[in-house]
Amino acid sequence: MAVILDAKGLEKSFGAVTAASNINVAVEQDAVVGLIGSNGAGKTTFLNMVTGYLKPTAGTIHFEGRDITQLAPREITRLGICRSFQIPQLFNTMSVLDNLLVGVGIVAAAGSKWGTRNSAYDNPVRAVDTMLEQFGLGSYRNRQAGLLPEGTRKLLDIAMAMVVRPRILLLDEPTSGVSADEKFVLMDMVMAAVKEHKVTVLFVEHDMDVVARYTDRVLAFYEGRIIADGAPAKVLDDVEVRRFVIGSHAAPAGAASHA
Amino acid sequence: MKLDRTSFAILAMGAILLIAGPQLPSWMVSMLNVSLCYGTVVLGMMLLMRNGIVSFGHGLYFCLGAYAAGLLDQMLKMPDMLLMVGAAVVVTGVVSAILGLLLAKYRDIFFAMLSLAFSMILYGLLVKTASLGSTDGFNVAAKTVGGFAVAPESQRLMVYSLAVVFATVSAFFLHSYLASHQGRLAGAIKDNELRVEYMGASVMRVVHRNYVISAVLAGIGGALMAVNIGHIDPEMTYWPQSGEFVFVAILSGTGSVFAPLGGALVFEAIRSFAYEYSPNTWQMVLGITMLLVMIFLPGGLWSLFTRKREG
Repeated sequence: MAVILDAKGLEKSFGAVTAASNINVAVEQDAVVGLIGSNGAGKTTFLNMVTGYLKPTAGTIHFEGRDITQLAPREITRLGICRSFQIPQLFNTMSVLDNLLVGVGIVAAAGSKWGTRNSAYDNPVRAVDTMLEQFGLGSYRNRQAGLLPEGTRKLLDIAMAMVVRPRILLLDEPTSGVSADEKFVLMDMVMAAVKEHKVTVLFVEHDMDVVARYTDRVLAFYEGRIIADGAPAKVLDDVEVRRFVIGSHAAPAGAASHA
Repeated sequence: MKLDRTSFAILAMGAILLIAGPQLPSWMVSMLNVSLCYGTVVLGMMLLMRNGIVSFGHGLYFCLGAYAAGLLDQMLKMPDMLLMVGAAVVVTGVVSAILGLLLAKYRDIFFAMLSLAFSMILYGLLVKTASLGSTDGFNVAAKTVGGFAVAPESQRLMVYSLAVVFATVSAFFLHSYLASHQGRLAGAIKDNELRVEYMGASVMRVVHRNYVISAVLAGIGGALMAVNIGHIDPEMTYWPQSGEFVFVAILSGTGSVFAPLGGALVFEAIRSFAYEYSPNTWQMVLGITMLLVMIFLPGGLWSLFTRKREG
């Protein structure tokens, strides 16, 4: 499979604090990659650098061979890298339908300048209705987004990222705040949608059951570095990962200098 | 283009006002005329408020539109009503496109105060410019419409008809715009700018575009007012004038393009009758009106209709 996203030597510092150090990741097309690590390990910093919210102190990010390191979030979105948020970012006073129609409108207005797979939707409302059904949101179609329960807000947040036709979807803790009963239902729906549209996925997740079940590759972060990278079974069984990500917090060799 | 019920209602309103014009008493024509000028300005205010921003300086464009119309008559000797409105559109469009580059970066009180600052700069310039009449301003006399001379006795009705046509066209345009994908972005920006950027749109570009549209509508209102009153002065960009537009916008609500037009009429009626029957305390009447609206109808007068529908 071809490499779709290539991050080389990424560094990010906030004053004396190093949030990301020498991150090297090449993600293949159609992969589902889990990003694990304790709070402050650098997962969201990595995600924020890929989506343009943070500019790296050093290093480069290439998407399909194009350098996107210094691009603004909207430019990166237009190329095909979209994201959802840990705290759902919705248009709270608008209906669920309108939340998605905003995205359809943006794609339509950009026309041929939209860099992702397709240009404008032929039938916006029908396309949105199909997506609502796909994400189990059909019954909420005309409800005000601000009044939805948390799990539904998460789904809508992800659907809003999907409606602008991404090539890569970045999910920031998609199951946080979602009940244990709902999290697999939510992930099943999301994964069905991304598989159908052949979208590459990177998601930050604390629930190792979710990571083991849905990913085909895992990156384990610790103090701004990637300490393990590989198949889920291998990474989740790694001694350092079990000690520093899943279990206790003693520092691995060489990690202290990045604290 | 598919027309919805509101579009038909706007066109019907315009047709009724045009047909009714000659039958109406002159005081009502005058009141409607001023209301339509104000209403056109407040249509633009409504668009900005849909974005979550309020301009305390829209007198700037109201005044620029009026002076563009006046100068066409004074300096270029082209006293044509349509050309005057056209000049107002060009001048306000150009100025707002430039100022909007700065203003579109600001929100909340900063946007409000910066817009006020620009309007007060124009005020300062005008009162110091003797060639434009300084604080006295100058008279404006529109004599033709599209090159056709207007008889003095038909002047008032012609100005009224022009105000009806421009207010109707402005409302029709704004309704179509708000119903479009681009228009929907205004509400989205008010709710969550971050998300709009992460869906691939430039918030600044959308705010800038809406600011220019809003300024042009204020310019049209200003030009129509100049032709209607026949006199312009720097008070048109002084802060109480901008405050009146905010007043009417809050009084009206932002639920529909009918709201600013209806709100402007209610405002003008209250002001006229208050001035007539309570000449020393008419401002107090307006103040109490605003107080009551904010307490009982925080969504403006238009919420009376939406409440009824929801009920």
